[in-house]
Amino acid sequence: METTIQFTLNGKPMQLQVDDNRTLLWVLRVELGLTGAKYGCGEGLCGACTVIVDREAERSCLLNMRDVAGKEVLTIEGLAQNGKLHPLQQAFMEHDALQCGYCTPGMILNAYALLLKNPRPATAEIISGMEDNLCRCGAHPRIVQAIQSAAQVTKGGSK
Amino acid sequence: MMKDDQYFDSGFEEIAAQYPLSRRDFLKRLGGGVIVLWLAPTGLVSSLEAQEQRTMGYPADFNAYLRIGEDGRVSCFTGKIEMGQGIVTSLAQELAEELDVPLEAIDMVMGDTDLCPWDRGTWGSLTTRFFGPALRAAGAEAKAVLLELAAEHLSLPKDRLTAKDGVVFEEGKPGNRVTYAQLAKGQKIARQLKEEAIVKKAADFKVIGRPVTRRDALEKVTGKAKYAGDIQFPGLLYARILRPPAHGAKLLRVDTAAAQAIEGVQIVREGELVAALHRDPEAAENALQKIKAEFDVPAANVDDKTIFDHLLKVAPEGQVAAEGGDLAAGQKSAAETFECTYLNSYVAHAPLEPHTATAKMEGDKLTVWASTQSPFGAKDEIARELGMPAEKVRVITPWVGGGFGGKSRNQQAIEAARLAKLSGKPVQVAWTRAEEFFYDTFRPAAIVKIRSGISPEGAGGSGGIAFWDYRVYFAGDRGAPQFYDVPHHRTAVHGSNWRGAPGSHPFATGPWRAPANNTNTFARESQIDIMAAKAGMDPLEFRLKNLKNERVQGVLKAAAEKFGWQAGKAPGGHGAGIACGIDAGAYVAVIAEVEVNKSSGEVQVKRVVAAQDMGLVINPQGAIIQVEGCVMMGLGYALSEEIRFKGGEILDLNFDSYEIPRFSWLPKIEVVLVDSKDPDPQGGGEPAIICMGGAIANAIFDATGARLFQLPMTPERVKKAMM
Repeated sequence: METTIQFTLNGKPMQLQVDDNRTLLWVLRVELGLTGAKYGCGEGLCGACTVIVDREAERSCLLNMRDVAGKEVLTIEGLAQNGKLHPLQQAFMEHDALQCGYCTPGMILNAYALLLKNPRPATAEIISGMEDNLCRCGAHPRIVQAIQSAAQVTKGGSK
Repeated sequence: MMKDDQYFDSGFEEIAAQYPLSRRDFLKRLGGGVIVLWLAPTGLVSSLEAQEQRTMGYPADFNAYLRIGEDGRVSCFTGKIEMGQGIVTSLAQELAEELDVPLEAIDMVMGDTDLCPWDRGTWGSLTTRFFGPALRAAGAEAKAVLLELAAEHLSLPKDRLTAKDGVVFEEGKPGNRVTYAQLAKGQKIARQLKEEAIVKKAADFKVIGRPVTRRDALEKVTGKAKYAGDIQFPGLLYARILRPPAHGAKLLRVDTAAAQAIEGVQIVREGELVAALHRDPEAAENALQKIKAEFDVPAANVDDKTIFDHLLKVAPEGQVAAEGGDLAAGQKSAAETFECTYLNSYVAHAPLEPHTATAKMEGDKLTVWASTQSPFGAKDEIARELGMPAEKVRVITPWVGGGFGGKSRNQQAIEAARLAKLSGKPVQVAWTRAEEFFYDTFRPAAIVKIRSGISPEGAGGSGGIAFWDYRVYFAGDRGAPQFYDVPHHRTAVHGSNWRGAPGSHPFATGPWRAPANNTNTFARESQIDIMAAKAGMDPLEFRLKNLKNERVQGVLKAAAEKFGWQAGKAPGGHGAGIACGIDAGAYVAVIAEVEVNKSSGEVQVKRVVAAQDMGLVINPQGAIIQVEGCVMMGLGYALSEEIRFKGGEILDLNFDSYEIPRFSWLPKIEVVLVDSKDPDPQGGGEPAIICMGGAIANAIFDATGARLFQLPMTPERVKKAMM
């Protein structure tokens, strides 16, 4: 049903006239031009479309617009603050924790939510927390290292 | 002395005149600066292809060029593409080295058929092996031109000049200097690289051999990196295409009335291409769901269980790829003979980015942004399909989200182009995951049959390989010839490439990272282990004893040393296995340590050591990462990945049933780059993956005493083998 959906997007209030059945992933990409969230499987199996909704990592391919009404949505485009990269972004660069880069926004945002909940995760906790984000290039060892090193920097702070 | 702003056109008209008109225009469009054109050396372009190139108006005389602009920036134009393998960084390193400019001054322009010269495609670990040396020579040539200009500018002989970081200065007087930007200003110099210019010696390298992190990382961590699906225009329509339920199915009837009723939808039909277009991809999908279609589906006469019998039945005659000695004599001399059959299933490429293309028609000119490993191939296919002149088609390759061989097929680009032409609107075709699985050109199911024997005590010493009779069906010949020291041997290849003759596979097959070599190395290295065990020898010792190839020996020893290999451990649910091989000019050995759950049959790979001798390493960081990627991806074909199907119907259509490696599979990975003093670079993105099947199979044997003859080594198969 076409309706007005209000939510916060990357820190800014957003008001959209949109069918509330539409999927968040496609509204972000098509209506808002935020193409950082990627389609990978369409069924929540790969994590390439991961965004943050009220501090939780969510699969934007599984959310309808009505699910985000009144909530705070953060996409990869909103992670850097005032031109300063988030420590996770910095760490992914320093550790070369990406190859083709297609899964990278989802990896970073899933790790972001992981660190919000568990600021100093053990390696096993990082692995289980990242388990459902798929990478085909095999950047896994460096993604784990990058998250460990970002955790050292953030020390539990969200930014 | 020449003035800075003097128009100088040394060689430009002369070189431009060699090319057809369109090319001359192209050269003129480059504007000022210093340009070096070159042809990557043999191996990349066959004479047949060169001829084809000429008839289609592509420059047969060069296939890349670089330009030093008036702003001092250096652009390298190449038909190669970046899909994660890291050449956007390593090629820039090679150019920065020879040209003596900072790495940051280099812009790579890749895979744009209007801007970049023709290239066959990005595959086969060819970029660094064959394109790299030519790029270095071109850099050296460009630097020579700049030194000449600087000598004139500074009124000094060339031998008094040194170049560093894009500046030429008088030796001992760094203040007496001129920048490349100043030198390039107002110039229009084109040089054709004919012979190899003198490139730097390894001892003088400053950038080659230095570990460098990815140059595309900032874009990729901020979400700014554009892939084919991220290309958007006002009025762009998203297409969802009617698909058959199985390969080989024929469309009988289609009713689009209900779909047509959806607001804003445009239904396009041309022959069997039926698509719903909409500015909202979900509305396009809804419309597709409302299209009623009836297909004639051929009877399924083969499935993933019966495929091997079928393939053996239809196999073509074998071609001998290698032979030596006298097999009959070898067999007679053997103390013991081993006859084994190895199987592997169809495996998907499954890049995280499915095939995607965005196409836009402007007047009579069509531009297609495609996720492809062969932009020029895509351009030709599109022109052919649409009946357009090739020069009216431009393919642009944005960042590619993984390829592994699968994106050498460009069906989605043709679909987008057709739909853009038919609808008159810009159209994006982004395959769903199900379409990606359905239309993937799988790594072929394949069979290897080996008969081999070990020598008796005393005859050449115990543990010698007496003979080796090898037949591979449908995988292809890469990696089939064995490299052990065997007096009597023959290798026969039934079906020399991975596509298979019509009627062999029920769907398309194609090259998959290190094509054929994964299959061949799994079989060979398993058989070697079986013989070693029977001879009562340690698998490492047995290999070293039967090898004369020093580079294979070198990587085996390097891997064993790093791993801390110890001979003769008893099975205890925990084991280590070794495999080695040669691929794309590189030598590689892998040792895998596994833990096998004896009740479930599950295998956890705990540790992998990979030693690789890949000749000259441009970016050690990038090279190590490629090996790590091979290890991780290789776990999949070794342990879980296989396509289930019934005739032309593909049963695995998403990541729920088709399991690719995850974080919890991550072993401790250690990579050793063996310095062989080989001055030439060899393959890097593929070799290490070839050993994963064999090393893990051998480790499972070490752990359990059970021998696996079929990939993937699923828990069920491991359990069955243990019984």
